[in-house]
This record gives sequence, C-alpha cells and structure tokens, in this order.
Amino acid sequence: MKMNRRRFLLATTIIGGGLLIGYASTRPSRHSLANRDYAADGQSFLTTWLRIDPDNTVTVIVPHSEMGQGVHTSLPMMAADEMDADWSKVRVEQAPATDLFANGVLIKGFAASMGVSLPRFLDGLIYKGAEIMNIQITGGSSSVRFTGENGMRVAGAAAREMLIKTAAARWDVPESELTARMSHVHHDATGRAFTFGELATDAARFEPSAQPVLKDPSAFTLMGRSIPRIDIPAKVDGSAEFGIDAQPPGMLYAAVKTSPVFGNNLVAVNSASVMQRRGIVRVVELEDAVAVVADNYWRAKEALAALDIRFEETENNQVSTQSIYAQYDAALQGKLDEDVEEGDTRAALAGAATVIDATYRVPYLAHAAMEPMNCTVHFHNGKCDVWTGTQDNLGIRGRVASIADMNENDVTLHAFYLGGGFGRRLPNATNTIDQATRIAQQFDVPVKTIWSREEDIQQDYYRPAVTSKFRAGFDTNNRLIAWENHYIGQNEPAEAAHTPYSIPNKSIAFAESPTHVPFGAWRSVAHSQHTFFMESFVDELAHRSGQNPYQFRLDMLADKPRHAAVLRAAAERAGWERNLPEGHAQGIALQESFGSIVAQVAEVSITPAGQVRVHRVTCAIDCGRAINPDTVASQAESGVIFGLTAALYGEITIEQGRVAQTNFTDYEMVRLADSPEIDVVTIESGASLGGLGEPATPPIAAAVANAVYILTGQRVRELPLKNYRFAAVPTENV
Amino acid sequence: MARFRVNGVEHELDIEPEMPLLWALRDEMGLTGTKFGCGVAACGACTVQVNGNPVRSCVTPVSAVEGTEITTIEGLTANAGALLNPVQQAWIEHQVPQCGYCQSGMIMAVSALLTSNPSPSDADIDGAITNVCRCGTYPRVRRAIRSLTSATTA
Repeated sequence: MKMNRRRFLLATTIIGGGLLIGYASTRPSRHSLANRDYAADGQSFLTTWLRIDPDNTVTVIVPHSEMGQGVHTSLPMMAADEMDADWSKVRVEQAPATDLFANGVLIKGFAASMGVSLPRFLDGLIYKGAEIMNIQITGGSSSVRFTGENGMRVAGAAAREMLIKTAAARWDVPESELTARMSHVHHDATGRAFTFGELATDAARFEPSAQPVLKDPSAFTLMGRSIPRIDIPAKVDGSAEFGIDAQPPGMLYAAVKTSPVFGNNLVAVNSASVMQRRGIVRVVELEDAVAVVADNYWRAKEALAALDIRFEETENNQVSTQSIYAQYDAALQGKLDEDVEEGDTRAALAGAATVIDATYRVPYLAHAAMEPMNCTVHFHNGKCDVWTGTQDNLGIRGRVASIADMNENDVTLHAFYLGGGFGRRLPNATNTIDQATRIAQQFDVPVKTIWSREEDIQQDYYRPAVTSKFRAGFDTNNRLIAWENHYIGQNEPAEAAHTPYSIPNKSIAFAESPTHVPFGAWRSVAHSQHTFFMESFVDELAHRSGQNPYQFRLDMLADKPRHAAVLRAAAERAGWERNLPEGHAQGIALQESFGSIVAQVAEVSITPAGQVRVHRVTCAIDCGRAINPDTVASQAESGVIFGLTAALYGEITIEQGRVAQTNFTDYEMVRLADSPEIDVVTIESGASLGGLGEPATPPIAAAVANAVYILTGQRVRELPLKNYRFAAVPTENV
Repeated sequence: MARFRVNGVEHELDIEPEMPLLWALRDEMGLTGTKFGCGVAACGACTVQVNGNPVRSCVTPVSAVEGTEITTIEGLTANAGALLNPVQQAWIEHQVPQCGYCQSGMIMAVSALLTSNPSPSDADIDGAITNVCRCGTYPRVRRAIRSLTSATTA
C-alpha cells in the first residue's frame, strides 16, 4: 500500500519506455489530435494546452485541479506571459480527463527533482507513460514548478513562435521584424497587426517547438505580479460548483456506514426495517459497508442511522493507539533499514563528551477537507458518467472503469472545484469513489454518495502516527558531531528526515511497522512529522549546549547559503528575541520541502488556563521566484494554519480498532479567534522554482513548541499541545 | 407542508417538518450555494440568514423557520444587484477564498454580524465568526472584515 510516488512514476516510465519507441515515433502530433477531437468550429489548439478562438480569446487548458492553491490562475499566467497574450482575453478550462491531456511534464519534473534528466527524444514515451499511468495528478506541490515552468511556459512560447511564423508568411516579411504584444502580432515597420485569432487556424498547421526561446524574467509581463485569482468571484457569490453540488436529472442520494474497525466485513443488517420510510429506495449491502439510497440525502442518512448493522469482529478490534506505539517501540529495537549513513556515527557517539537522547512522536491525523467526501456516478447503456472533485481526474476515471470492468474511454469524468484536497483526493485514496461506483452499479439513474463528517473522520487515509528516536553527540568544544535518528516507516518524500545542518557524522534509519490503519499523503506528507521531530530536537540540543537556538542553526548552515538566508530573513523580520511583550517568547524552525525553503518564527504565550496561544507567525520562504506573489502569501498563510491546527489540536486515536473521534466537536480546528497574525516574507533567490502548496506546513509545530519550551521549561516531545496544561514560568534563560 | 420565503420567494414544500433546512435548500430546492460541512452545527459551512440572523441550517428543522424570511448566498448576491454585497466585494478585494467551500457560510455570518453590529471589536468578531476554514483564510477574513468596519482594532 505504501508507494513512493516519484520513484514509482520514474521507474515505470523508464522501464516501460523501451517498449514504446515505435509507438511514439509513428503517432500524430498531440496538438493535431486536439484539433481533430476537441476543437469546435473555428477553434485552434496550438498545443494541447492552448486554444485560440476566432474572437481572439486564448483558453489555457490546465491539467491540474483547483483546490484553492490558485493554479487555475498561476498556470494560465505562465502560458499567457510567454505567449504575450492580453490577460483580459485569457480564459481557463480544466483539461478533460482523457488520455490526450495526460500530464507527461510531471514525470519529467519529478525525475529532474531526483537528479535524473530525461532526454527530449523520450518525450513521446513519457507522454505515453503518463497516459498509461493516468497521470493528471495535483499533488507534491508540483503544478507551477513542473507543469508551469516546463509545460505552460514552453507551450506559450511555442505558440507565440507559431503565430509569428504565420504572420511572417502572410506578410512575406522576416520573422525578426515581428513582435507579439497583447494578443496581436505586430509589424511595427508598417503599423500592421493581426489578432492571434486571425492567425490561429494557419498557425496550428505548424508543429509546436519543444524548445522555443523562453523569456528572460526581466521581460515578464504577468509572472511576478499579484494577479487576482480567476476562481474567486464564483467563490463569493455561491455559484462555484463542487462535486457535492452536481445535480444530474433523476439523481438519488446514498448515505453510507462502513465498518468502523478498518478491514472488517459486514455480517448482517435489518434492511427491511426502513423500507417503509418516506423516500427510501433501497438498502445496498457492500462487503464492508451498508448504503441507504433515497430521494433526499437527509432521508437516506436518517434511515441509515435507524438500521441495526453488525460488522464482524477480528483481531483488528484489539488494536489501540497504545498497542501501536508499543509495536513501534519494539520495531525500533529490531532490524533497521538505512536511510542516510555519513561518517562514523557509532564511533562519534562512543567518543562524544556529551550524548543527548530523546524520543518524539505524533499521532494519526485526518484530512477533514471542508467538502465532505462525495461522488456521483451514473451507469447507462454501457457508459458511465462520474461527477466528483479529485486530485487526479484521469486516475479516478481509470479507477471507476477498473471497478466496473469497463473501457476507460466509456467513462466520462466531470471535474469540479475541490472543497479542499490536502492529499485526501489523490488517486491512491479512493474509498469513497469505490463505494459510490459499487452502489451506482445497482441503479440506472445517477446516485450521489455523500459521506457524513463522521464517516470522513473515521474512514480516512490518515497521516501516519510516527515515533522517532534521536541520539546526538557533542565534542569537548561543544560542537555537534553526531546525529542518530531512528524512526518508523519509509518516508515519502524520501528526504523528509534529512536535516539540512552540517554535522560530520549522521546515521538515519527506519523500521517498517505496518498497522491496519489506512494511511496516505497529508499536506507535506512525511515532512510534517519529521520537521517537528528534527527541529524540536535541534532546538533541544541548542539549549542543552547553552547556545542560542537561532545562532546554533545558523552556524551549521555555512555550506547552505539559501537556507541561511531564509533563516536570517525570518529572524530579522520577526525581531528575533527583541522587544517581546511580557510573557511572550519566540521559537524558530526551518525546513526545505518540495523545492522551497521555509523558516518560521512563532510568537507564543501561555493562557491562564495553561494552553498555548500563538500570536504571530513570521514565515520566510524561498521558492526561487514568485509567479503570483499574493498566491505565495496565501499558500504560506494556509500552510501555517493547517500545521498549527495539527500542532495545537490534531489527534486521531485508535480505540478497539476504530477511530475514536467523530466530528469537528472532538477533532478540533483552529478558528478565527485562535488564528495568529501571519507575516510572509518572500525571498527571490532566482533558484529553480519551488513548490508552495505544502512547504509552509512542516515548520510551524516545532516553531511553536520551541517557544513553549522557553516559556515553560517543558520540552514538548509529543503532539498535540491541547493535551498539556502548561505553567507559564520561565525556568531557563538562554 | 412547510412554508417559508427564500430569497424573497414564497415556498411551500411537501416535506417532513423535521427535515433540516440545509437539505430542503439543497436537495428539494436545488440551492447548492449553501454547503454541508458537519451536520452538527460545528463548522458553519451551512450558515444562512433567518430574518437577518445567522443560523446553522444543518440543525434547523424547517418547522422552526415556518413563516420566516430566509436569505442564502444566492439571495445575498441577487439582492446586491449588479454589484456584489459589500462583504462579497471585500472578499474579492482581499482575495479571501482558497478552496472556497466554507466561504458561503463565512460570508453569510459576516454580513449578519456587520448588519447588527457595524463596529465590532475583535472580541465581537471572534465570538461571532466561528466558522471553520480548513484552508486557513482567517488572516484575510479578519482583514476583509476590518476593511468594512469603522473601528480599526480593539
């Protein structure tokens, strides 16, 4: 079940690639297929991602889902800028969930991020691989840095070249005399101009270049500007449609109860007892669940609640959070798999003047996206329509087809805005989709399956609970010379437990310790746990060796100038340890993830009730270059709040094999009243673009916990903070 | 039979009196701007205005709104005419929504607050706006509210 997404993609592409060369070389070009199959009268695709209408509208076809991260604006900005399109004439469309719009650029991006450069002659294969693997994923903070940088910009620049070539031929002038501006090609010497719309049909006869000349950043007209998001107006007037809002005619509604103990099957249900209720159409028994189908969701839900449902009992019923932690502890005593081995850590620890050890852990977490999980499915005449919001439309189309044993091309996926993704709507987290498909298979009308919030909290693919044990050694000069870290579970991304600090001896290893609790990607994946562990332990080492936690970190970043600059920017902007109000303290933390480097300073106090109050968070981020600076800020704010909810409140516990929490009443969220001020500092280092959806989430828990230590003298080695009653007594001055 | 006005239009629905207003709006009337979030009045995604007061429609049976005037996000938009309601305008100005799912409820709660209390203190705002936003748009929510109030901070 655990798969390393990037390695899987890469391996499959490279291994599969050898068989596909013949196919790729004989295939018609992709944009000509788009023109054949997807263009209405007068419309022209210049690449699969850019369509021009006769009225001079440019439509950017985006192969990513909009879930609040702004890609339906950022990606069109990148294409339109390179194309020199007039932004007021640019529209965005979600790419159809069909093979032609599979996103091969993502594979190249992930390969490059792993240091593998795939040559251009493999492009055809890569796209074929993307089709075979149904790649239209929105995840890994990858949209702008991979699809945008290597796809949208290239598409825009290639289209501009095709348009200029077309105009040059019509006017019989050299291309060098022509420029593209505001959706026109101009011949300034004669004052003549064509609109893109007038040129598009002829331009589409050229083959788009795979290596067009891209703009120097100094020539950008859209990239780098805070352009208002295209999706926002519909999200303030109630017209934005999410999957849960789909209303195909004749639709029925299904409410579902799955075995609360994961993996256990249905034994019996007294279905007949609810059939007389108003609006109830049928009770559907699935292998591990019961669904009530009715003409209104509330009627279905009420009838479901009235049923007496019995699930089997298995050894899974014995599992608890305590038993899982005991299992983890035992696993860490056993054989470990190597992650990083540098120097001779064993010898360094043996010879160290001081050795410090600590054990950290964090609980399971649910995603709790605001839009409850849902999926509407309609089987009719050998075809199938699916209405749902997903982080991989092509992948979900494939999933439904495989469950129904149908050809993928007979399944149409209708895409929507996502009411939150955070990893919950990825193609390896499909339990809702699977159920909705199986329920709908029993009907010839559309059936909308909606999960209650209770099902959402209790049937998630959770962020795994993790235990992490550290030992560190100092030499007689108070220098950190050894870092040992043993943790549970193989990480995705693999580098999540790699501390950026220069330490001569490092030994990092893990033990697999599977449980029956389903797990999946939760915003920033393994980074959120490990950054809390590592950045808390580093802080602990600073205090234990009598050093300032900021300076201690900075001293170990001599060979990482970008990291040092980000850390410095956060500390300086936050006024590190200067002029703090009485009873307030600051904590700092740093991490690189998804190609971006983030440092955060949290200003914290302890309430009279002994709870943690976060007043202010300064978040410095180096994502290379900001494409839409306001989106950078909003994603940083969002990442901080998401991570802060986890730090303060997030805790899914397992009791008798099932999740104990049920709803927002006992799985609490940060709300307006406890939301800190957030100050985002963007550093334009000019490095390769980094991701934005996830990197601001990992550091916040450690930044807050490190401030709590200064206020209380208590080192927080286990989250969430709500489980503590702190006494706000400074016990140590640094 | 349940009778109430929604966005200025009289409705008479042949539904159970205990059906929550949320599902009457969404499944019986097709007004999907009002969102289902938790079903237990804990998140505010389903907030509508009943006679101008913010109400969590997921736990409000239609029998309790008999004869009232209900405003949903669709009505707030329509009532504002060509321009959006000032709260909606501020939401665009400050680029508040991210995924957007909670924002109908958030906007209905804020517009009800500012109608009854045009100069809320921070404590008033914290007490009234308890909606959950999983994307964490809170800093912008506060900024957008503050742009509409006479008081600066409190």
